[in-house]
Amino acid sequence: MEYFVQQLINGLTLGAIYGLIAIGYTMVYGIIGMINFAHGDVFMIGAFVALISFLVLGIAGVTWLPLALLLVLLIAMFVTSAYGWAVERLAYRPLRGSFRLAPLISAIGMSIFLQNYVQIAQGARVKPLPPLIQGGFTFMEHGSFTVSLSYMQIIIVVLTLALMTAFSLLIARTALGRAQRACEQDRTMAALLGINVDRTISLTFVMGAALAAVAGMMFLLYYGVIDFFIGFLAGIKAFTAAVLGGIGSLPGAMLGGLLIGLIETFWSAYFTIEYKDVAAFSILVLVLIFRPSGLLGRPEVEKV
Amino acid sequence: MAATSQPRFAALSGVGLVAAAKEAGLAAFIALVLAITVIGMRTVDQQGGLGIEFRPTVVGIAVGLVFVGRFLLVLWRQRARPLDRGARERVMDRIGAEVLHYSKYAGISLFALAVAVPIIWSGNRYVVDVATLVLTYIMLGWGLNIVVGLAGLLDLGYVAFYAVGAYSYALIALHFDLSFWACLPLAGLFAASFGVLLGFPVLRLRGDYLAIVTLGFGEIIRVILLNWYSFTRGPDGLSGIPRPSFFGFEFTRRPAEGETAFHQLFGWDYSSMHRIIFLYYLILVLALITNFFTLRIRKLPVGRAWEALREDEIACRSLGINPTNTKLTAFAIGAMFGGFAGSFFATRQGFISPESFTFVESAVILAIVVLGGMGSQIGVVLAAVVLIGGTELFRELSEYRMLAFGGLMVAIMVWRPRGLLAHREPTLLLGRTTAAGGGGGP
Repeated sequence: MEYFVQQLINGLTLGAIYGLIAIGYTMVYGIIGMINFAHGDVFMIGAFVALISFLVLGIAGVTWLPLALLLVLLIAMFVTSAYGWAVERLAYRPLRGSFRLAPLISAIGMSIFLQNYVQIAQGARVKPLPPLIQGGFTFMEHGSFTVSLSYMQIIIVVLTLALMTAFSLLIARTALGRAQRACEQDRTMAALLGINVDRTISLTFVMGAALAAVAGMMFLLYYGVIDFFIGFLAGIKAFTAAVLGGIGSLPGAMLGGLLIGLIETFWSAYFTIEYKDVAAFSILVLVLIFRPSGLLGRPEVEKV
Repeated sequence: MAATSQPRFAALSGVGLVAAAKEAGLAAFIALVLAITVIGMRTVDQQGGLGIEFRPTVVGIAVGLVFVGRFLLVLWRQRARPLDRGARERVMDRIGAEVLHYSKYAGISLFALAVAVPIIWSGNRYVVDVATLVLTYIMLGWGLNIVVGLAGLLDLGYVAFYAVGAYSYALIALHFDLSFWACLPLAGLFAASFGVLLGFPVLRLRGDYLAIVTLGFGEIIRVILLNWYSFTRGPDGLSGIPRPSFFGFEFTRRPAEGETAFHQLFGWDYSSMHRIIFLYYLILVLALITNFFTLRIRKLPVGRAWEALREDEIACRSLGINPTNTKLTAFAIGAMFGGFAGSFFATRQGFISPESFTFVESAVILAIVVLGGMGSQIGVVLAAVVLIGGTELFRELSEYRMLAFGGLMVAIMVWRPRGLLAHREPTLLLGRTTAAGGGGGP
């Protein structure tokens, strides 16, 4: 029982991170119908920018932790958004209206490019960061096994919830959100009604990248070690989450993220840790075969 | 930005320069934002954790390059009215058609060159090794071209079939003591059945979903190879894979009692180059078989169905083509050639491990197909020679190799989404026979 609760906590934390990345996939897919394969690498860049900011702030003498965290968060979100914008501008925008596989191939190229760019700029070795936020609650002591809930895990879940709420409000209530939903339904009509479609799509990438930056920073703080390759697996799992929840659906992305996080954690805890990636990939395959519209998505109608 | 009413070559005007400088300045500013953390501050290992090494000059160079590049690009666009996408595609299609026309001769001369390589450089092991590597990738590219170029199915897990071929060859050869020639078809058969097995459930999916699922399968196979220790020996890999023989005559200095070695058969002196050159011709023959097979099958109904399916699936269905079966044949045949290439890889290396079958490998093969032009056989050859041979030439720049791969993939997609030498010629013409080029797409 205690073991189960502990795995539940760990799984929810991991799921929150996946969910934040998954939002980037699901929004982009919703609005332009492409898989932004480079999104996982944008997440990786977010983690690197957060790491660099922490180190630079340490040199600059900002040692009060809440301030440092806030600054790092803002810097990481800003720089990573710039990356998201640039990726869209360079690799995807010229391809609008091209044949259907071109944006995906371009995205794969971009993903390879970003990985190697970071590898060359920052080195191939893993980058450790000493834990900054330590401690937590322990409860349900049972013999030698205690369930622990660290402050870090609380911060991750709370921050994710806050961002999710803010984000849902943004989509539902603001003019930008309306423009996004309009572009999602019918891009030509939206353009006729005076919506700047290119700008709206760019902003979608920017928002997705900003959320990925938050996820990257949380990943860095939670695991304490990153390298240039983390974006590949995290990206695939987040994409799986988006598909599982129903691609194009925001609550679906969050739900899918949590489910993938839980499945992966429980799989590692109760079966074999070696095959945990196989579990995620198998879910992706099974969902796509049996329920391509996901849990909360609407089925897609093929148009002639 | 260039106004379309301008003459094709407008004189340089001050206004144009200022506008170009403004745009370049904007691009440089964005480049600064992008570069200042990731490039400008390098994390380095220090005593007691990570430190930061500031590199302002590198950032300066990067930003300067972006400024100059953007400035020149904008100026060029102002002066020479850029061709719109359609016109550009038509020009490139014409070039593609020309190349295809000459590829008959180019193909023959390339073939002659390929045959001559080990004769010219018979003493130079390095050249022959590189040529063998290039040919392996040409074969893989041709195999994947069946799936991606002809049938239009984006397969991101092609390396899985390469791995299945390599491992089935190695395991059969090690456990059942069969010769290379008996194992080769078996390995191809295994890879093809894997293709059917994996393809059957997923081929109903739309293009980009299919791509991601194939990527997932590729990774699943790699993880299984990595962890099923009792069967595949996991990360240690399989070693001591039997070398191929020349129809039963081994390439050894001293053959076993009662057997004849290759050099004794011809009465030559023993040379370690014999095996290298034999392997080279082996992959040459295998690759040519792949090519020949593809060229012929394009003329068969199933080959035409592939290309029709690539262009319009709904139209195909309404004409009575079974899309799943048709895709499945493409998938299985592509997988089979991947399996052949895999067994060649295993027998050449003598050692295989899951390390050799990562996603990057799939991406490289895909890059070869995409850059050469999807569906173009000669394009695959050129792309493989440039990408694989070229990177061998610039060995010291090898860490920039994948960077260039990724950048090239993006650039080619932006500039010419169907690949440099893509050329879609109708396989069947009714009535007029003039409309050879063009094609164009929806």
